[in-house]
Amino acid sequence: MMIAPLAFGVLIIIGWPFLDTLWLSLTSAQLTQYTGPFVGLDNFVRAFHSPQVREALQTTIIFVAITVTAEVVLGVLIALLLDQPLYGRNVFRALLILPWALPTVVNAMSWRLIYNPDFGGLNALLTQIGLIDSYQSWIGSPSTALYAIAVADVWKTVPLVAMITLAALQGVSRELLEAARIDGASAWARFRVVTLPAILGPLTVAAVLRTIEGVKVFDLIWVMTRGGPVNSTKTMSIQVYQEAFANFRAGSGAAQGLLIVLVSMIMINVYIALLRRQASQ
Amino acid sequence: MKQPLYLRILLHLAAILVAIVTLAPIVWLLLVSISTTEHLTTLPFEWIPDHLDLSNYRQLLSLADNSRGDLFLGALQNTMIVAFGATAVSLCVSVPAAWAFSRIRGRHASLLYVVVATYMLPPVALIVPLFALLNAFDLLNTKLGLVLVDCSIVMPFMTWLLKSNFDNLPHEIEEAAFVDGAGMLAVLRKVTLPMAKPALATAILFAILLLWDEFFYAFILTNDNRSQTLTVAIANLASGRVSDYGLLSAAGLLTALPPLIIGVLLQRALVSGLAQGGVKG
Repeated sequence: MMIAPLAFGVLIIIGWPFLDTLWLSLTSAQLTQYTGPFVGLDNFVRAFHSPQVREALQTTIIFVAITVTAEVVLGVLIALLLDQPLYGRNVFRALLILPWALPTVVNAMSWRLIYNPDFGGLNALLTQIGLIDSYQSWIGSPSTALYAIAVADVWKTVPLVAMITLAALQGVSRELLEAARIDGASAWARFRVVTLPAILGPLTVAAVLRTIEGVKVFDLIWVMTRGGPVNSTKTMSIQVYQEAFANFRAGSGAAQGLLIVLVSMIMINVYIALLRRQASQ
Repeated sequence: MKQPLYLRILLHLAAILVAIVTLAPIVWLLLVSISTTEHLTTLPFEWIPDHLDLSNYRQLLSLADNSRGDLFLGALQNTMIVAFGATAVSLCVSVPAAWAFSRIRGRHASLLYVVVATYMLPPVALIVPLFALLNAFDLLNTKLGLVLVDCSIVMPFMTWLLKSNFDNLPHEIEEAAFVDGAGMLAVLRKVTLPMAKPALATAILFAILLLWDEFFYAFILTNDNRSQTLTVAIANLASGRVSDYGLLSAAGLLTALPPLIIGVLLQRALVSGLAQGGVKG
């Protein structure tokens, strides 16, 4: 009885739209009329043969692979660093909250200005220390744009991974580490055998969460490049947006949207399984 | 174990580097927002501006009709109405549901995980039907429409967060109240909620943070400044060919201010929220 309002709400604004997306994907509906003849799996067949969709899928996979890997590795390194006895350690730790809390759109805009080809801070810094000769157009060139965006994403989310890891590190047994050191275990061996098992659970949760978020990335890329230049940063969400709202092909857009859902569903299931395991412990 | 001096110095240098990189994009925004365009485009770039130019902030906060300030403050108002509205609606729905999930064990557990899964779905999976739904009820480009759609983000998340918190509250007092013949709603209102005040505050702050950041739905479901939120206004300015970078940065920083403050307030809750799951990355 007390769950009813929630169930009702979820049904109306999530359940129904989702089912409708499933139905739409089997029709050739246009955004303007919103109905169209049933075409079976035609939209999916065409999506698989479309070079744009393939390219967008590839871009999404590259983006997720780069960002999640970098976030996990850097996040663990920073957590280990801030777990050391440092002067002002609490201040260093507190700073981590800022990138996480910064709105994504503001983050995107800030990095757009850092990469600006006329006055960007990155260009100023790199020229002044002599690494580059002239100002570069970091997000204006297809060969660097995706990586430049990945850096912005990593900057915003590494602190989150670091905070999760730091919390988990507090559960690592200091006695065990000390004992391993006395037994002559190298720093790497101590990390692998003592520390890693303790942080692996939370770290996996973080990596899965980041993958779920990464697969649907839209705002960061939209504000920085709108998917350009020459589609080099066009991920699946931007492809779906263009198909449904710029080309007005609602049916086809729905089908392409479901391709992302498929990938997300797999990751979401992993995530839920992890949560359930945590809950039962 | 005492670390050798060179290692201690090295670790501190590394921590300072992390701190600088963490702050850099925010400081860059601040720098651009108080610089004149002439100063920014003069090469080689001077990192410390010779005078403080606050005209951007003055413009944004001016109340004159049809000014930049009018646009910015209008968007700020829309963001606040949508964020508070969706949070309030979700709270009414999520509190009883979370309580039921927490107290009635077993039967509804799977339903709870369905709820969690829904909010991880990519918004592109729902957007076309939601667009049509709002269109059918004449709610496109209205704040009310956005409030309803944004509930799809907040309701599941709040339910999960509150449920985890209710789990940790003692059951004995509630049971005593039941024995005394109090009804479910009375127990929830008079016994549980007063105990759960900190949890409610955390959930509300998280929800506002999520909604302040929301871009995708606002971007597609609104089209002018009557209901456009801050993120959309900034994205439109940033990806257009404006040369007024100072104004843009000032707008970004002002937009980021409330979330940054909330982030600092939430520091503790964030880490435990992440451990329990359900908090977005």
